[in-house]
Amino acid sequence: MARCARAVLITACLALATARAAWGVDPTELPDPVLQARYLSLTHELRCMQCQNESLADSPVGLAADLRREVRDQLLAGKSDEQIREWMSARYGDFILFRPRYSLRNAWLWGAPVALLVIGALVCWRVVRTRTTLLPGDHEPLEEDGQSG
Amino acid sequence: MTKFLLPLALFVLLAVVLGIGIRHSPDKGIIASPLLGKPAPAFALPNLTDPSREVRSADLKGHWYLFNVWGTWCGGCREEHEMLLQVRRAGVVPIIGLDWKDDDAQALSWLTQLGNPYQSVATDHSGRQAIEWGVYGAPETFLVNPQGIVVYKHVGALTPDTWTREILPRVSGMLTGSS
Repeated sequence: MARCARAVLITACLALATARAAWGVDPTELPDPVLQARYLSLTHELRCMQCQNESLADSPVGLAADLRREVRDQLLAGKSDEQIREWMSARYGDFILFRPRYSLRNAWLWGAPVALLVIGALVCWRVVRTRTTLLPGDHEPLEEDGQSG
Repeated sequence: MTKFLLPLALFVLLAVVLGIGIRHSPDKGIIASPLLGKPAPAFALPNLTDPSREVRSADLKGHWYLFNVWGTWCGGCREEHEMLLQVRRAGVVPIIGLDWKDDDAQALSWLTQLGNPYQSVATDHSGRQAIEWGVYGAPETFLVNPQGIVVYKHVGALTPDTWTREILPRVSGMLTGSS
């Protein structure tokens, strides 16, 4: 009985999930498939400022709809993706861009992974080198381990 | 000794970096406006109380003004309304309202019932003007100087504290000649 109820519940949840996907928040369709693709990628990489962890494409709030309309109108007016991003960040700041841009201010953001990788490599190299020089001395204890095990 | 010094140094470095990150993270969701220090957006919008005239940014040049974004649907706006009325009574700086994505009739009855703190109210049915100002939630209040530069932005209901600490010193500083 409980298994049956669970199955019904799971089915209902799955049905709801797909229903949402089918409906979507944004029914906008642009006449040109290329523009439509650019529209989708832009609305997915711009933040909804009202509910800050959602993209424009995913958010049902009024402001997101207004900003999607801006994206659509500017695409139809022949603006480039970069011009639209620029326009958005001039009003809402770089915070609206889910994909951070290269700038002096956030250079550390882009540099940090490389720096950490280099530090990690240096640590690895040092550890390996110390272990290598120790090897002759380690020989006996290793054999002991083998006998006891 | 150096064996411990290096990890310790790394830990301190990481703590400092993360500490800066926490302190600079958007406080309660408040995002610094890129408009600060830049010219306020130009506008010529329908006037809520007087359909025969537009509310125009050009007419506001040469004076300090507060630009208050509100709507009758907005709870924080009701909360700050009394404060706005006090600001009007103080007579130091006029308030220009932007009635954001609202119904004109409702907005008019709101002003009749609660009192009108605004010098004039512009309407923004489409929400386009609010986007120009980078508004992401009402109420938001901008302080614009006589040169038309946005010098301060407050997100959320205007409080006596914001008025005395942030707005009044800026406006009166200008009146006495210093910046």
